[in-house]
Amino acid sequence: MQRHLISAADLTRDDAILLLDTAEEMARVADRPIKKLPTLRGRTVVNLFFEDSTRTRISFEAAEKRLSADVINFSAKGSSVSKGESLKDTAQTLEAMGVDAVVIRHGASGAPYRLATSGWIDAAVINAGDGTHQHPTQALLDAFTMRRRLVGRDAGIGRDLAGRRVTIVGDVLHSRVARSNVDLLHTLGAEVTLVAPPTLLPVGVETWPCEIAYDLDGTLPKSDAVMMLRVQRERMNAAFFPTEREYSRRYGLDGERMARMPEHAVVMHPGPMVRGMEITAEVADSDRCTVVEQVANGVSMRMAVLYLLLGGNEPAVTHTRPPAAQQSAGERSAHTFDTAEEK
Amino acid sequence: MSRILIRGARVLGGEARDVLVDGETIAEVGTGLSAEGAEVVEADGKVLLPGLVDLHTHLREPGREDSETVLTGTRAAASGGYTAVFAMANTFPVADTAGVVEQVYRLGREHGYCDVQPVGAVTVGLEGQKLAELGAMHESAAGVTVFSDDGKCVHDAVIMRRALEYVKAFGGVVAQHAQEPRLTEGAQMNEGVVSAELGLGGWPAVAEESIIARDVLLAEHVGSRVHVCHLSTAGSVEIVRWAKSRGIDVTAEVTPHHLLLTDELVRTYNPVYKVNPPLRTERDVRALREALADGTIDIVATDHAPHPHEDKDCEWAAAAMGMVGLETALSVVQQTMVDTGLLTWEGVADRMSFAPARIGRATGHGRPVSAGEPANLTLVDPAYRGEVDPAGFASRSRNTPYEGRELPGRVTHTWLRGKATLVDGKLA
Amino acid sequence: MDTQQSGPRPVLEGPDIARVLTRIAHEIVERAKGADDVVLLGIPTRGVFLARRLAVKLAEVTGRTVPVGSLDITMYRDDLRMHPPRALARTEIPGEGIDGRLVVLVDDVLFSGRTIRAALDALNDIGRPRAVQLAVLVDRGHRELPIRADYVGKNLPTSLRETVKVQLSEEDGRDTVLLGVKPDAADA
Repeated sequence: MQRHLISAADLTRDDAILLLDTAEEMARVADRPIKKLPTLRGRTVVNLFFEDSTRTRISFEAAEKRLSADVINFSAKGSSVSKGESLKDTAQTLEAMGVDAVVIRHGASGAPYRLATSGWIDAAVINAGDGTHQHPTQALLDAFTMRRRLVGRDAGIGRDLAGRRVTIVGDVLHSRVARSNVDLLHTLGAEVTLVAPPTLLPVGVETWPCEIAYDLDGTLPKSDAVMMLRVQRERMNAAFFPTEREYSRRYGLDGERMARMPEHAVVMHPGPMVRGMEITAEVADSDRCTVVEQVANGVSMRMAVLYLLLGGNEPAVTHTRPPAAQQSAGERSAHTFDTAEEK
Repeated sequence: MSRILIRGARVLGGEARDVLVDGETIAEVGTGLSAEGAEVVEADGKVLLPGLVDLHTHLREPGREDSETVLTGTRAAASGGYTAVFAMANTFPVADTAGVVEQVYRLGREHGYCDVQPVGAVTVGLEGQKLAELGAMHESAAGVTVFSDDGKCVHDAVIMRRALEYVKAFGGVVAQHAQEPRLTEGAQMNEGVVSAELGLGGWPAVAEESIIARDVLLAEHVGSRVHVCHLSTAGSVEIVRWAKSRGIDVTAEVTPHHLLLTDELVRTYNPVYKVNPPLRTERDVRALREALADGTIDIVATDHAPHPHEDKDCEWAAAAMGMVGLETALSVVQQTMVDTGLLTWEGVADRMSFAPARIGRATGHGRPVSAGEPANLTLVDPAYRGEVDPAGFASRSRNTPYEGRELPGRVTHTWLRGKATLVDGKLA
Repeated sequence: MDTQQSGPRPVLEGPDIARVLTRIAHEIVERAKGADDVVLLGIPTRGVFLARRLAVKLAEVTGRTVPVGSLDITMYRDDLRMHPPRALARTEIPGEGIDGRLVVLVDDVLFSGRTIRAALDALNDIGRPRAVQLAVLVDRGHRELPIRADYVGKNLPTSLRETVKVQLSEEDGRDTVLLGVKPDAADA
């Protein structure tokens, strides 16, 4: 069995709940005077970032350091990659330095999957966002944030998000966050609705396990959580929508719209926010908005991922990715935790 | 001159016959022919076909000799049962002048494994802006009759119209790579359920279909013939069917890989499945097979596109598009068309030899297996079953999507004008 | 052979467990001179239940509530690399904290001592107690580290072929300590 986290779709419900529960315990470490655990002492993790992403990189780095891993940061900018070195050569170079895990952010969809399955390296691969494909740790931290807010910190332990209604609004077409969230939220039993102009929904979205709506106002009153996606201004030039003004009028979240949400409902955003575009300052700064919380939860969640993938002699998370013909389903293994064992 | 007796072969899949080759031509076809003075090839149970003709091959020379040369490409062709291949124009330099096409043509003749008929570029540098010297290429020693900007689409409607009209003067044909460029900006794979999930840029079927629709209407308007390269969607089939029913002079080709593989394979993110046009859906594959069977699609062409290992051993977006195909084409056609009952071996002879030779005006190729005809012949063992092993390829490149896949049939012998280029599966 | 026939055999039953916990509570009060700065930290899973029971007994003896919490040692274990990662249990430090206090670690069985070593490391990251003591229900011997218990419910000399299993009503539906033989060792 391979020790990778490539796609949120690979996680079973039990895996996801184990990850969320573990993150809940990790979160408590942040409240201690010494925010550090010895768990990954002597393990080396490289953060291999081919795309700029300060917040994701810092979040992973904080998680790695809290677990006492040795951390190597590799940014493609100004490196041999810009001189034409291939992903394969870069990965092999890093592995030769004794890396146990590669946290990879790459602009090409599927690059982490390729790294994990091509036989180039043996290290564990954790996807920190690939192209417009997947960003599984973001989906996990979002689910974690939702479970804490909607079910409760302690009440949430061992539980999923069954029956919770989550609305994801914005540029779904170009969003790995949306894809990962649809997959994971579906696994956790939530009901997801995607709201976007039709130009920003992929052809084929109708087969996803979620609802599609074009009307934000009709969906808001039926939402327990509303997740706003960043909309890049350059999409306007490619005719995905006419003007910024029209976009924010039809799909942006302002105070008036937020008032139509149920009282307990939260507003989420993976960041970075484009204030005035998809979200107004009033909403972004309100206490219903979980943006800052999501950042804090990101560290706990990534600690949980690192611990469960690297903390033992084999990962605790079962992987069931079906399409790779070379991986047989027989390789799945579930682990139980024997708390009654002798000490 | 040498004499060869091919004994007991099922000619075009029919009754067992003996075929006597004398020098460059077929001397006699019959039963119980005398083997006197002839080398005998026992062909019991095997199928004898006219030498295959590929209207769509990339030989890469000049310019990308690291992936293929005329020599390695024609050896691959002979291994696959081909006696003539049309070499596409997207070389470096581009085959848009008489000089380049003559060089490629001569290299093919010198090596002697397979006739190489160069395809000339429609526009200078494949840029789509200015017509290349189509007439000069036709009048050169290479005698170019097929023109294509393959790899790029002649997307400007006026340029396409002029090209269609201009080549009428010498019986040429424009082979269109149908891909609307704006609709395929950043495209990485077929647009649909799988691309949505994988987050790879979508390549909509309509980008192909809209160009084919436009081109058949242009061909009708100016009274020219047009050939559609590697047609890949069910919608394209419908358009070609409609055009033929109107009497428009259109011909179309399908590749072996589009007859067998679907975009589900892209889920592996293995760039060996990255190709232009992209692998489509099962529904498209079914439509393409039916269209090839009923003649809506005229021919099978390989779009043999060799790439060096490093251009495929990378992430999907960075990888080159294309697959090698010469050495597996007949096996894939047997599996998808013959073994499924959609096409007889006679039908295979038509789709892979007679029809492509006719479209490309390849003299001496695609002729019946009968006395007096040039001895361009291919002997196939249809009972063979084996896994594809790229290490055994004659091609310089190994980018096959069939590695490790079991395919039926094996070409055992190929003769080019009576000279064996392949004997018992080994290059002569 | 007779062990095979009888299976695991109880060495402590419900009333015995209650009695030894009462005794340990009294010992803690005696040795800690009133136990007014004691914090009980149970080691998951069964040590936590024992710590809570001890807290009740201590309250009965002293008339004061004694802070009780839990200390998960999973991420401090020295055998992490030998197993798949384990699910984490809760670490719950009482609001009073542990700085300057007498922490009594509570666990069900003391064996190699490695769990307690991990617990001492974990404590180190949480605060600085005045002193740390250890209470266990059963000490079965075979220490691999220089660690000993301050309060022992029952000393149970065992062989390495034997197993000791503590069952508590909170988790297992009944209170008992079972002595058995490892399945693979039974045919030896």
